Amino acid sequence: MANLLHIVVCAGVVPDPLQTLEPVTGPAGPGLKNEMVLPAVLDPWAACALYEAANLAAKNPGSKLWLVSLGSKAKLQQVMMTIAQKAAFELVPIDGPIGGFPDAHSTAAVLAETIAALPGLDRSKLLLFGGWESATRGAGVTLQLVGERLGITDQFQGVDQIDLREDGSFEVLERVEGGKHQLSVCAGTPAVLGWATGNLAEPRNNPQVGMTNMRTIMPALAKAKAAKLEANGLRYLSVSLPKQQRTTRVEKNLSPDEIAAELVEWIGAE
Amino acid sequence: MGTATLSEEKIMLALPGDAVRQIQWRFADRFDLQMLVQSARSVARGTVARLVAAGERNTHEWTPGKSEMMEAFDRAGVTAAFMEPEEGGFIAGPKNLALALAAFELAWVDGGAATASLAGFLALAPIHERGTAEQILRYKSLSAPPQPGEDRKPWRGAFVLTEPIPYVGVDTGMLSGKMRVAEWKEGEEPWLQIDKRGRFITNIAFANFVTAAVISDDERIKGSCVVILEETDEGIFDHGTPTKKLVHQLSSTGDPIFNLKVPASRIVGGYTVKDGVIVPNWNHGEIIEAVFRRTRVPVGVMTAAKLLSAIEPVIRYQRGRFRGAEGAKPGTVRYEQGIQQREDALHRLVDVWATGEAATSLGLATARLFDTLDPIEKRKTAILKESGIQGGRAEMKALKESEQRAIELLSLAPDSPRRQELEADPLVQFVLMDAEANVLCPATKLWNTGHGTNLLREAVSLMGGYGITEDCPGFLANKWMDAQLEATYEGPEAVQRRQLTVTMTSEVFLAEFRAWTAEMRQIASSHPGTGACTLASAMQMWQWTLNYLQTATDPAGGKLYHGQRQGVTFPMADALCWLVASRAQILDVLELEARGGDDPVAAEGLEGTVQFLSDLCHTQAAAAAGEVSRICAELVFGYKPHPVWNGSGDGLADGEEQNNCFLAGELEELEETVPGISTMAVDVLGEDGGHPPKAGPCAGCAGASDFLRLQNKLTTCLSGSRLAKDRAAETVAKVMIPEALDYPA
Repeated sequence: MANLLHIVVCAGVVPDPLQTLEPVTGPAGPGLKNEMVLPAVLDPWAACALYEAANLAAKNPGSKLWLVSLGSKAKLQQVMMTIAQKAAFELVPIDGPIGGFPDAHSTAAVLAETIAALPGLDRSKLLLFGGWESATRGAGVTLQLVGERLGITDQFQGVDQIDLREDGSFEVLERVEGGKHQLSVCAGTPAVLGWATGNLAEPRNNPQVGMTNMRTIMPALAKAKAAKLEANGLRYLSVSLPKQQRTTRVEKNLSPDEIAAELVEWIGAE
Repeated sequence: MGTATLSEEKIMLALPGDAVRQIQWRFADRFDLQMLVQSARSVARGTVARLVAAGERNTHEWTPGKSEMMEAFDRAGVTAAFMEPEEGGFIAGPKNLALALAAFELAWVDGGAATASLAGFLALAPIHERGTAEQILRYKSLSAPPQPGEDRKPWRGAFVLTEPIPYVGVDTGMLSGKMRVAEWKEGEEPWLQIDKRGRFITNIAFANFVTAAVISDDERIKGSCVVILEETDEGIFDHGTPTKKLVHQLSSTGDPIFNLKVPASRIVGGYTVKDGVIVPNWNHGEIIEAVFRRTRVPVGVMTAAKLLSAIEPVIRYQRGRFRGAEGAKPGTVRYEQGIQQREDALHRLVDVWATGEAATSLGLATARLFDTLDPIEKRKTAILKESGIQGGRAEMKALKESEQRAIELLSLAPDSPRRQELEADPLVQFVLMDAEANVLCPATKLWNTGHGTNLLREAVSLMGGYGITEDCPGFLANKWMDAQLEATYEGPEAVQRRQLTVTMTSEVFLAEFRAWTAEMRQIASSHPGTGACTLASAMQMWQWTLNYLQTATDPAGGKLYHGQRQGVTFPMADALCWLVASRAQILDVLELEARGGDDPVAAEGLEGTVQFLSDLCHTQAAAAAGEVSRICAELVFGYKPHPVWNGSGDGLADGEEQNNCFLAGELEELEETVPGISTMAVDVLGEDGGHPPKAGPCAGCAGASDFLRLQNKLTTCLSGSRLAKDRAAETVAKVMIPEALDYPA
């Protein structure tokens, strides 16, 4: 028998990772150069959470799916032209700043307040989804804080899989050290799941799904509440590109096994 | 750089994004189109790009990989873009802009992918435009991708017009494909025997049905028609062998053979029986005209997309050209700017970019025009039908009065009380839009693909030797070659030029053109940086030249502007294309300037974006003016005979031209009283009276002063255009680009 779930996905909008991201300090604090004009995407980890959520909702008829997003609603509207084609959901936009480094606590407060006020949400059936990481300055704590504020103590991070059981309990696979997963069993909702990549491919665009979603998305964007996040006094101390290391050695007489062993040793030393 | 005059706020921050383009190209309020764009883009930069990178272009055969592309179109809604919602689509109403935008996105990566998508629409287009209600429902529903819960494969179609040489098809009006009555029992529907060979037919490898143009070979059938043939019909439906195209290999092309027996109900648009003769309601020419005037536009847009797609890879190549070399350390100009420290590299890229902008603006403006025209055309047909008027010639005759009313409307003052009445007249609306569409459609097809191909060569050259390799990012060399086929599809350049020579002389169009010229002058007063004034002067020169050519004769008394005199008419058609493209580009930038502030994303850095795009307009307007000036001058003066020396041995020329000549000694004397006069003398005879060693005295300008005045004005109107190009180049050197292309290349 299917479980009736209320799934809320928290997802932000971030610059397309292919873009040149140049740190600058603006009037509102640290930010990225020309961030407003750069093409944006749904935060990739959170996007995985959305696709997993849509899949879960589809498998459990009667379930509901909300996408709660805090960010510039103009950017969000552009992103929706793609995301709205991939899954059926109800968008709950919160108009906020595009860039900078918003404080995780104030962000979580706004998100939690919005989720708590969702009409029709049954918090006993709530699965709160989001990204385990973020492509933009992720503090790595926002989702946990939202869960705490909503009083949800069953929290999982680095999730790659969830399997619902008939009795409402579920198994969760979380990433742990060494490329392994930890299997947990949770008695049931509510719970917070911060997703890694999951196992699903990105759904293909389907404009017909998109057109259906847009009937509710555009009015929601028009009515989006503005959220003012508190300044947190952050500033750049230093910025550097991730270290790239390239070590080349020509070996002609090593067997594949020896090469593999050496690679493992090298990776382990990193 | 000589004129680095832009302040920081006037530098465009990043390559124009979706928010900017949606406003410029007028679909900011169309979410269905925005989604289609995203959807087509994901297929193009995903499935299609992977196929191209994996070498699927290296085969002429239809492969599983290429089939996968068609399925990706289905899943992404690209196939359904042609359908009405009740037929399985998601876009209601006219779809010209939708198809053009889808073609734009697909062609960004590969021309063959765009063609494969468009060819399916082309097969359905005769049915869509002229088919019976039953035909429309059957074939569009079958061609629509399966809906959730449905388990079926969508039908694919091909449009079979072109035939083996000598008949060819697109323009000749002659066909070798034949239809005869196979069986006609009393009181029953007749059956037709169709015999047709096709050549260079797109989508044919996997077509389940085709729409084929055939002509009667039986006295019981009148004229020609387009007939629908299905794969399972009785007889031969041979898909033929693949054509060994050098380009567009992701689309299937072949030479099919059909020998089939089909019911007469397959005649597109139906038929009537008169005196025992089957009379198709639409002949093949009428159907083709209705189809091609719309489907040619996306083909033009495809080449435009290729031009704009070249910008990012070229910039990246130019900037990174010297990185890794010993002498190019980070922080040095050589490292940071690479080839972009050279003005020539920047200026040439500005030319490519400006052309891409103009071509896209023209193509999409034309697509939008057809979206507006479609319902008005239907209304016109209904109104005339109510009056008992049907068919091409009868309609043309009936619309004569409306044409005069349309011309009157264009001449009215803005506050004239009669304006409202004329503007509300649907027949006047139709006549105006139809005249415009009749020019803009062939202009898009001709200029975008023809001139666009030339500029793609330029883009390839900007990559140096890298450009002509398979490793070139953005597949530029492929795009260059692909564009050449786009110049041929759906009627090669000569066909477009021929159509223009007729439509551009329509009284209504010329009245519209005069209004456009005035409009450009008006724009120039508020936006001089767009080059609108330059363009207006060039438009004026074109119209003057057309008037002149229509009455002028050559020395033998032959009319200059004449259907057979393509040396005159075709260059004038070419010149017009430059003008309408430049105009469309300017109007799009004005739209962005006016509405960009309303969109928070477009508003960011709007001043810089508008400045850059205006500078591209100015650059393009100057290029257009140069072309028009050259063409018009050649035509006005080129048919006058050059003066010759009179051959009498006295060193003088025939006729009035001898008045231009001075004797050398005479000139020396005059120099004493009029210093500098010798520099103004055109032809100087030697002391012995012998003429200088050349064909004859320099030609005078008697009778051409009006033209020269216009040319003089046009030349001075170029003021500022190179400064605009310098500014544009400065932006090209500074604009932010992504770290990498967003598709594998």
